[in-house]
Amino acid sequence: MFARIVTSALFAGATAGLLIALLQYAFVQPVLLHAELYETGTLVHFGAAPIAAIQDVSGFDPMRDLLSVLFTMLTYCGYAMILVALMGVAEERGADITLRNGMIWGLMGFIAAHLAPAFSLPPEVPGVAAADVLLRQYWWFATVATAAIAMWLIAFHFTMVGVGAAIVLLLLPHIIGAPQPAEFTGPVPTEIGALFASRALSVGLAAWIILGAFCAYFWTKEGEAA
Amino acid sequence: MKTTAATMTVEDHTSASRTGLASAFFALILGVGIIAVTGHVQAAALHDAAHDVRHATGFPCH
Repeated sequence: MFARIVTSALFAGATAGLLIALLQYAFVQPVLLHAELYETGTLVHFGAAPIAAIQDVSGFDPMRDLLSVLFTMLTYCGYAMILVALMGVAEERGADITLRNGMIWGLMGFIAAHLAPAFSLPPEVPGVAAADVLLRQYWWFATVATAAIAMWLIAFHFTMVGVGAAIVLLLLPHIIGAPQPAEFTGPVPTEIGALFASRALSVGLAAWIILGAFCAYFWTKEGEAA
Repeated sequence: MKTTAATMTVEDHTSASRTGLASAFFALILGVGIIAVTGHVQAAALHDAAHDVRHATGFPCH
């Protein structure tokens, strides 16, 4: 079973990751590069002169952009490893894994790994003020873990107790609160920050649905081959 | 004879299920490890290489 999980997760993560990298390159990267003009001080918001809202940030930086493709593929291989492992456990317990419900697995993954932490720590545009990175990472991992357990409970223990526990697990990290900066120092216009967060989340949603479908596809395909 | 066969099936099933759970557990740890390396480790080279992906994927970056 280990070989089946790893093989299908690598295929799913690499192929989905490549598509996701293209989506990020097309829709998220231009917003990030625009924000970096303010982060580096090339442009100054509320400076002496008004600044055009549209800036030319086109261009392909081979080293930077290809590394982004590689790391997107690696990241989604990691997520695929987790998703396929959980699909394997669910299947052993009698759940059917299909291409279509794979997309729902992906949606659940998006809620757990992307939306739940973003509720209190929105996707950060470069230059944004933030609390200590280590504290945020601890909070991020704890929030993703509790949200993932909540998704599992809703999917496979749909009882009063299961759903009640899921609601508590989803709310708890945000009631405790994410680490926040002492003061706001971000130099980037709020319009760019908002666009970046919504683009990152929307592409994340598409990414996870693609990943879920691919994980289910390769998992069932590897099962037939065995 | 029938009872023995039935018992063996149950044992086989339990053992296969245990191997399955262990496999899933190790794959899960491996997955979390990959996410930690690509998305969270703050070593300068890794951070710079993965910078744009970390922002786009919503990981805490700096």
